[in-house]
Amino acid sequence: MLKFENVSKVYKDGFKAVDSVSFEIPEGELVVLIGPSGSGKSTTMKMINRMIPHTTGTISINGKDVTKLNAAELRRDIGYVIQQIGLFPHYTIAKNIAIVPQLKGWDEQDIKARVKELLEMVDLDPEVFSNRYPKELSGGQQQRVGVARALASNPSIILMDEPFGALDPITREQLQGELISLQQKLKKTIVFVTHDMDEALKLGDRIAIMKDGNLVQLDTPEKLLHEPAFGFVEEFIGKHRILQNPELMSVQDVMAEKVLTALPSRSPEKSLAMMRKQRKTMLIVVDEKDKMLGIVSAYELIKKMDEIKSIEEIMLTSEPFLTGSQSAKDAIIMMETASQGIVPVVDEANKVIGLVTRGTLLSALSSQWTELEAESDE
Amino acid sequence: MNNLSLWEEIVTQTQMRWPEVLEATFVHIQLVFFSMVMAVILGVFLGILITRVPSLVPVVLGGTGIMQTIPSLAVLGFMIPIFGIGVKTGIAALFLYSLLPIVRNTYTGIKDVDKATLEAAKGMGMTSKMILFKVELPLSVPIIMAGIRTAAVINVGNATLAAFIGAGGLGDFIFLGITRGIDGLIFLGAIPAAILAIILEFSFNKFERWSTPEGLK
Repeated sequence: MLKFENVSKVYKDGFKAVDSVSFEIPEGELVVLIGPSGSGKSTTMKMINRMIPHTTGTISINGKDVTKLNAAELRRDIGYVIQQIGLFPHYTIAKNIAIVPQLKGWDEQDIKARVKELLEMVDLDPEVFSNRYPKELSGGQQQRVGVARALASNPSIILMDEPFGALDPITREQLQGELISLQQKLKKTIVFVTHDMDEALKLGDRIAIMKDGNLVQLDTPEKLLHEPAFGFVEEFIGKHRILQNPELMSVQDVMAEKVLTALPSRSPEKSLAMMRKQRKTMLIVVDEKDKMLGIVSAYELIKKMDEIKSIEEIMLTSEPFLTGSQSAKDAIIMMETASQGIVPVVDEANKVIGLVTRGTLLSALSSQWTELEAESDE
Repeated sequence: MNNLSLWEEIVTQTQMRWPEVLEATFVHIQLVFFSMVMAVILGVFLGILITRVPSLVPVVLGGTGIMQTIPSLAVLGFMIPIFGIGVKTGIAALFLYSLLPIVRNTYTGIKDVDKATLEAAKGMGMTSKMILFKVELPLSVPIIMAGIRTAAVINVGNATLAAFIGAGGLGDFIFLGITRGIDGLIFLGAIPAAILAIILEFSFNKFERWSTPEGLK
């Protein structure tokens, strides 16, 4: 576990690059540090392997204070990937990857096997690439080697400083995808610095938003999008980013809030009259405390009008429903299984807060497209 | 007519003095060799030193720079009160004169090493000594070698002046030719010196290519 306790970095001229930051990263988690330039995100990361020494506070790895360890040895146990890649131009690819194992005094045979394994892991054919020099590789290939190099001695912590920032968008996306699948296999503790919010949302188990040396919010991507802490976070994330991706949109963004509800004891006639008046085909049955009990469709109601005394008798109780913390994507998927074409949305207390239909989904998703188009036309 | 007589002069002088020329060439090579060995050792050392202690940069580069702006003959003259007359003085003066290109190129060579490479090296846990010997020096070899080559070629020319302070070498013939007004004698010193310079330039070029790490070529 990686732990920051009131860590600050103050330069000689009094500039506070990082201001009393505290957080914990459990083993195997990928945390993205993000913020505008000058926010202290890179500094925060580089204090972990002491590339930048912190001034006050404690940084510890598995309970061990990093300042108590030998700096060079500490760094050999922490993978390090930087934006400019920084492969040794005079070393072959194999030799580049072997640097840390060599520093740690591994056996030649072990190193050879490890290099081969790593090249395969990052999707580079060892036969082809082992004996090439960095300048013979494309930027994307070089950064794959950069990642392999950081993984070489199997460190439990890896620091990545905008590793894909200098790559073209297609290669970047590719490498992001590969990092995700690598991480699923390897479960490293990764601290990843970026200024690209899409990248952060895509990769981060949790995202730490920094501003002026302060940690503003550290949360899961979903939480960040649904409950951005301060005005800054919301502004920084970008309002319509929240809307762009159904996966990242809250179900609350796509539901209708006006819901027609009725108590189970209500008579079928009254219910039907109410539905006609409101031009609704569905009715949600709730108890006195607004808790959802089931749904009633107008079609069923008309058909069984004479056979029942209260709507309770024909309400469907096992229909799918959503909770307010789920995403719009969940709503879209669930819509497929909803026989009545509606999915009620409830809060933690099972209280009905809204209703998703194909219509509300379509209008919510289409409205942001028209908004985006209107913006790009300006 | 004039050319012919000059040619004849060179031929007769060569016939008369070739053992002396060989001997002088040998002395000349000695002057260049020993001054260069010293200059390379101290020059590379100083070059590395000032990359580690930046406050010394103006002192070292300024000092060696001033040395270079003083006419080489004057540098030779300055050496006489310290070392007297002879080969030692010549070597000392040539040594001082060769420092600047070597110090400067070592310094620039190391300074020009890609910052990202250095950050990666440090971040992977290499010590500063490892970084110097495994990264900085190997990567600056081509630039350092170019500095040494420049110094060596200039040195061959300057070494002819060492004859004026009694250090011997091919300058002896040039000096003698001038005072006696025998053009052929001047050439007897100048031609081997020029050939020496060309050979040095050529072999350093080869050596430079050979010593440049694979991957940088």
